[in-house]
Amino acid sequence: MAKWSLGFIMENTPLKILESWIFRQLPEAGSDWFRGQLDLLAKDDSTKVFYIAFGMIPRKLGKDDLALSADDLAEANAARKGWNPSNWSIDTAARIVILINLSNSQNASFAERFKDLHRTADVGELLALYSGLPLYASPETLVEQTALGLRTNIKAEFEAIAHRNSFPSEQFDENPWNNMVLKSLFIGVMLEPILGLNERANPELARILRDYAHERWAAERFVSPELWRCIGPYAEGVYLDDFQRVVDEGIDTEKKAVALALKTAPASERKEALHAQLSEYDAVIDSGELNWTAIADEMLDNSLAITRKMNFEVELTR
Amino acid sequence: MMFIDSHAHMLSRTTDDYEAMAAAGVVAVIEPAFWLGQPRTHVATYIDYLSSIVGFERFRAGQFGIRHYCTIGLNSKEANNPELAEGVMEILPRFALKEGVVAIGEIGYDDQTELEDKYFRLQIDLALEVELPVMVHTPHRDKKKGTSRSMDVCEEHGIDPSMVVIDHNNEETVREVLDRGYWAAFSIYPSTKMGSARMVELLKEYGPERIIIDSACDWGISEPLGVAKTAMLAAQKGIEEEAIRLVCYQNALDAYGQSGQMKEEDWLNPPAIDQRTVYEGNSILRGQREPVVEKLKSKHTLDNLIIE
Repeated sequence: MAKWSLGFIMENTPLKILESWIFRQLPEAGSDWFRGQLDLLAKDDSTKVFYIAFGMIPRKLGKDDLALSADDLAEANAARKGWNPSNWSIDTAARIVILINLSNSQNASFAERFKDLHRTADVGELLALYSGLPLYASPETLVEQTALGLRTNIKAEFEAIAHRNSFPSEQFDENPWNNMVLKSLFIGVMLEPILGLNERANPELARILRDYAHERWAAERFVSPELWRCIGPYAEGVYLDDFQRVVDEGIDTEKKAVALALKTAPASERKEALHAQLSEYDAVIDSGELNWTAIADEMLDNSLAITRKMNFEVELTR
Repeated sequence: MMFIDSHAHMLSRTTDDYEAMAAAGVVAVIEPAFWLGQPRTHVATYIDYLSSIVGFERFRAGQFGIRHYCTIGLNSKEANNPELAEGVMEILPRFALKEGVVAIGEIGYDDQTELEDKYFRLQIDLALEVELPVMVHTPHRDKKKGTSRSMDVCEEHGIDPSMVVIDHNNEETVREVLDRGYWAAFSIYPSTKMGSARMVELLKEYGPERIIIDSACDWGISEPLGVAKTAMLAAQKGIEEEAIRLVCYQNALDAYGQSGQMKEEDWLNPPAIDQRTVYEGNSILRGQREPVVEKLKSKHTLDNLIIE
């Protein structure tokens, strides 16, 4: 080995980190197979070789959860801001490794391959395609296909795009972003795991969500407490009427959510008046104990009651 | 008792059916790729169909606590459209390796034409190549000869009979199928295939070995509770519980489990990733919410066990 290479420290890329997690977890047979596929694909990533590797991964490596410590997750976030693989399984991770390699070697034509893979993907493959979005080269070429993916009826596919994924907040224009948030509420997908909710708040989204809340109220349906988070920064005038309604009629979790949302509202006399009615939550908000994660936890702890109120036939998950 | 319906075209069925099946004890279904009633004229619609049975339908079944598997193949009717057939054959290898694909099927003969024969043989070779079992659809017309011929062709191509399920049997075909070492499946399908009372008589005569009961429910007038109802009728008529378990559950698992894609743990102890994504599992056991099935009064009830 050349002397200079000893002192050469490679920066840890997401790809390298991901590979190290996979290999430390796999038994020898799985390791050998996957290493063999990586070598094969490095020489020839034509359609056929790739599809076989992509398809065979769960059969050869299994579907266990990727075992990650808090340090691993911190390393992930340091290597790629917003990268959160906490819900990945080993087959998802391995598929994403070969997708990252493909995106590096194919460049612009990766988008075509991505689209083709999507066309015949099973559910596990869909999850891998979308969960890996923040890690592919040229992500801007995948925006259209990903927005199309949000039209899915498969909740897990939708969540692979929306949850713990920095791609939507980084790449989506306002329209697909707003649609994603609204559809999340509509189909019972939690908002809390969506990255960039605060940064991507916008007045149009606040208006859309207010209309949606009123539709639900008109039908005597429950409104997700998480909705108020996106309205908070624009909470003046009619929005404060809605906040007042929750304060008057809502359950405890809803009131807590409005108290949190109100913190981000523009200063006004009415804001102060509302704040006075919600002062019981001040201490827990200031201490950090009550935040949007705590609201999500309350919703999940009380999943049965909340889903019933929300008229969903689904179980809330995160 | 747990049941597997190893032949059910769920894409054509409603959520009422899923609820009724789950309530009756069906834990897993196998959806064979087949003809949709209206012939497809483009390979692209066939691709989207196959995507549906490996994708959305799997998810849909999971919402009711039912595990969904499928078989991939070019059915015998559409094998007679060579332009479509060629295109489908080209994409089959890509689908054969998808998760939950437990066999190549349902393939075989309809009118026993040359084209049907050609694509039947090519697909047996594909099954051998990808190491999957084969689900054989036996023809409605000239059934006895078509069934014998199907087995002749399987043997010509060197596939082991233990890897082949011969489906839609009746009193006339079952003896030869069992004697030649194949799995013999019966579709409890009103009017055209097998009835539940006749099925019980067959069980008395042949016993449970290598016999599989399915419903073949589809877009026609059919019965998604065919397996559960026949099991109950069999119990009433004095068939032993273990024999019923074999023909309504275990034999299907043994036959299609040879794919490596279908295991009892899939529904008894599913991987965490599946529970988060495609399979809500048994909500009664998990205690997270009240079972949806409990509040339902489906038109499919277990009150009437005779399927004519």
